[in-house]
Amino acid sequence: MKVNNMQYEPVIGLEIHVELKTKSKMFCGCKNDPFYAEKPNMYTCPVCFGLPGGLPVPNKKAIEWTILLGMALGSTIASFSKFDRKHYFYPDLAKGYQITQFDEPFCSGGFIKTSFGNVRIRRVHLEEDTGKLIHKTIVEKKVTLIDFNRSGVPLVEIVTEPDIHSSEQAKEFLKKLHQIVRYLEISDADLEKGSMRLEPNISVWIKGSNEIPAYKVEVKNINSFKFVAAAIEYEFKRHVAILEEGKVPVQETRGWDEGKNATVSQRKKEGASDYRYFPEPDIPPLRFTKEYIEALRNKLPKLADEVKDDIIKAYGLNDYQGTILVENVPMLSLFQGTVSLPSIQQANISGTTIANWVINKVTDFSGTAPIDLANQIIGSKTVVVSDSELKAVILNVLEENPKAVSDYKAGKEQSAMFLMGMVRRQLPNVDTNVILEAVKAALKNV
Amino acid sequence: MKLNELTLTKTIKMLKSKQISHSELYSAVTQKIDKVNNSLNVYVALDNEAVLKTKNTLDLPLAGVPIAVKDNFLTVGLPTTASSKVLSGFHSPYESTVTKKIRDSGGVIIGKTNMDAWAHGSSTESSDFGPTKNPRNPEHLPGGSSGGSAAAIAANMAIGAIGSETAGSIRQPASWCGVVGMKPTYGRVSRAGVIAMASSTDSPGPIGKTVIDCAVLLNHIAGKDCYDATTSSLAVSDYTAYLSKGVKGMKVGICYVDHPKVKGTPAALAVLDAGKVFERLGATVDLISASDTLMANRILNPNYAIGVYTVVQRAEVSSNLARYDGIRIGRGRDFLATEAKRRIILGTFTLSQSFVEKYYVRAQKVRSLIIQNFHNLFGTYDILIAPTSAGYAQRLGSSADNPLFGEIEDMLLEASSIAGLTGINVPCMRDPKTNLFLGLDIMADQWQEEKILQAAYAYEQATEWNEWVANESE
Amino acid sequence: MKASSFAASDVQKIATLAHIPLTDDEAKALASGFRKVLQVVDELNDIDVSNIEPTHQVTGLENVFREDVIDTTRMFTQEQALKNAKRIVDGFIVVDQILEK
Repeated sequence: MKVNNMQYEPVIGLEIHVELKTKSKMFCGCKNDPFYAEKPNMYTCPVCFGLPGGLPVPNKKAIEWTILLGMALGSTIASFSKFDRKHYFYPDLAKGYQITQFDEPFCSGGFIKTSFGNVRIRRVHLEEDTGKLIHKTIVEKKVTLIDFNRSGVPLVEIVTEPDIHSSEQAKEFLKKLHQIVRYLEISDADLEKGSMRLEPNISVWIKGSNEIPAYKVEVKNINSFKFVAAAIEYEFKRHVAILEEGKVPVQETRGWDEGKNATVSQRKKEGASDYRYFPEPDIPPLRFTKEYIEALRNKLPKLADEVKDDIIKAYGLNDYQGTILVENVPMLSLFQGTVSLPSIQQANISGTTIANWVINKVTDFSGTAPIDLANQIIGSKTVVVSDSELKAVILNVLEENPKAVSDYKAGKEQSAMFLMGMVRRQLPNVDTNVILEAVKAALKNV
Repeated sequence: MKLNELTLTKTIKMLKSKQISHSELYSAVTQKIDKVNNSLNVYVALDNEAVLKTKNTLDLPLAGVPIAVKDNFLTVGLPTTASSKVLSGFHSPYESTVTKKIRDSGGVIIGKTNMDAWAHGSSTESSDFGPTKNPRNPEHLPGGSSGGSAAAIAANMAIGAIGSETAGSIRQPASWCGVVGMKPTYGRVSRAGVIAMASSTDSPGPIGKTVIDCAVLLNHIAGKDCYDATTSSLAVSDYTAYLSKGVKGMKVGICYVDHPKVKGTPAALAVLDAGKVFERLGATVDLISASDTLMANRILNPNYAIGVYTVVQRAEVSSNLARYDGIRIGRGRDFLATEAKRRIILGTFTLSQSFVEKYYVRAQKVRSLIIQNFHNLFGTYDILIAPTSAGYAQRLGSSADNPLFGEIEDMLLEASSIAGLTGINVPCMRDPKTNLFLGLDIMADQWQEEKILQAAYAYEQATEWNEWVANESE
Repeated sequence: MKASSFAASDVQKIATLAHIPLTDDEAKALASGFRKVLQVVDELNDIDVSNIEPTHQVTGLENVFREDVIDTTRMFTQEQALKNAKRIVDGFIVVDQILEK
């Protein structure tokens, strides 16, 4: 945006929280399933409920998954690390402090490539989630209801450097991070359900400036990539207007208001909070040998970019096809499942053909079986078969599926499609329309 | 002799050999409780049906003996308050590891004992439910914070007891009540289910009539716990097996008797006498003087431990008490009494951004020096001995309005506590005029419980201060 | 801040941070107590701790974990969890509505 010959540019750092889908919580053996719990406060214990005498014991898997994420981001993994206590009072924080990592996180550094340039990762650390609050009015009194099912769930926090300079770049970064988390299978990373949470920190500078702005505005309550972009656009305009007046935007936390399509000021904090960090005395520190870290590195699954290169090479795909297929894990699974079927190889169908089918013609990736897709593709390369052969197969199918026949007779049109499908399994190269007509004709005669 | 006056070891023997029954035993104990609890204020909660819980315990190691437990251990069935009004009426939904282990071994918890509220003190006078009186002389304090448990033993209102020490809270009341109290190495006994005070030094431990009694109890409460990440996986030995090994050939160092507050006092003289006893028994005994810097064969001036402990403990306390907000359990923070407020506020201050380096981090650095000092000394000495307390039990009312009463009183115990070492108190002098006692503190390096038990047993058997040993040696 | 300058207003600021309710008289009384305590603590400044690392844990333990398994023996039922709470509605714990974090 150019105003008065000065080219303004947003300066954005992102703070992302990802709930890990371990079986149990971060510091205790309670079930980690807050979203689907039938009742509030049913997955608690002395530790996550903050009772006297509760002591935290760290979940090994959660730590390993955090390190894997750091590795996938190219971070340096600390050889010595610890947990710290972060103190503040809030009803969803059972102990009055959160166990997190202050100055010695598991992972530092790393980056994600975007088409606008690299976005550096400052750190990746592990902490525990808080309980959940619901604000309500009961008998005309404003109250807050607390559910501790989510208290103690392992939470990874990823902080970037303020290297993002547009809402497009922010979206691209987040999509890539989301993909990495999904590929690692450490979290569902579902924005709507809250297992992935986004907080952009936004300021504005003159393009080409080297000084990070002296203020930043944190925006909360964003639950989609679309809204991150919208919030950034909104804030950018708002900040520029203030800067143009010669003033500096107030450093504060704002909330995204979906209805207003705007950010809204939340109560201003009086100065930065004093969290009184100190090392967690109940948890011995962690020391990782080189051997341990390398052993973990071997557990790293192939990530999207590598898989893309692999399938492009193996199946002669073009870059577009490669990019789209790895974007979506169920789509990729369907492609890989279909392309390796013997019937496909026998029928000499190319990888690019299958890629095109999957990308353009399939809508429900998880609900489509590779063999059915394969048959569909093969069947589209039609072959003519004799009337008698076709009739024989059809009669067989009708005999073996009496319910479908009576359903069709009773008026269920889809049963004809079902019967056609059954015939096609035996005659995969025959045109589907031809089969359907023949099936309907045969049904008339039953 | 009444049955409630038996030692734990003898009681178990007599129960198992059917010389006495549970109902006779509990009758005697309950009678004593009924007689004196109102005036001494030892128990804040009692299980009136404790004897029913002795069913099927004869085959278990502790055979159904009644144990008094300090009220900072969470128990199912009996309320837990840490002697604070904030937790009045709190019934824990889970059991502490220590009390569960006692029950599994056949012990029965007869009641919860009074303490300084939240364990903040060395007198039991800052209990929200009134002070406990010293059974030896009820115009005097029992010490604290495990004053109730120590008094329960001194008054034969229990056969064994459990307390906890953060810096002196087992050894000091044991000294003032004239009983045996042992602080195990930090990490030897699980803190799971114990209301946390200073997380990095809290050590649950036994209080008993004799050294063997404490060794037996330790056998049943020590060990790694999957619910406490700071417990050690070192195997638990049979702590009674070493007792008669004696002290021949042991190198003993006497500490703190030259400190200005201690020099020439009865406490110092009693410890010097104890040194002579050890010499007679075959140990070599040296006097170790204090120094203000780390020096070979010197012990660091105990004054420094006061500063370190004051800061570290209050910092951890301020953090550990943040969860008491009246939302999930108990009542609001307006029910915190003055001492708790003092400690929380000072602790918050020492952890605050502008002061954390100057106070908290600095204190933890001096802590490193103290640890180094002991490490060096234990390279030469097997055990160190010192007065547990600089004097006899003080009068009721002494702790009022003194914000550092506890720290100064526990000065001789703080260093070994913040270093996580193990120590035991045995009575070493009795004043016939007041009936009050002095105590001998025997310390060893981490994980060396056997050494202090050996030395304590040898001293106990060679001297006349323990009335239960005297009564049962016929 | 020098130990000698610890005032009642300083005490109130910290008490607010620590969520401790204090009257002005209490703050005044505590302030004088703190000055005494800080004087004792300040004696630590006499010791040379350059090149000394702070000790946060005395056990020397490292790498103590638990495996990622659900431990039903320690989990509370909703009833157990809520039995000591004073205000409950439909299984939720209730507090008067507070301001945003």
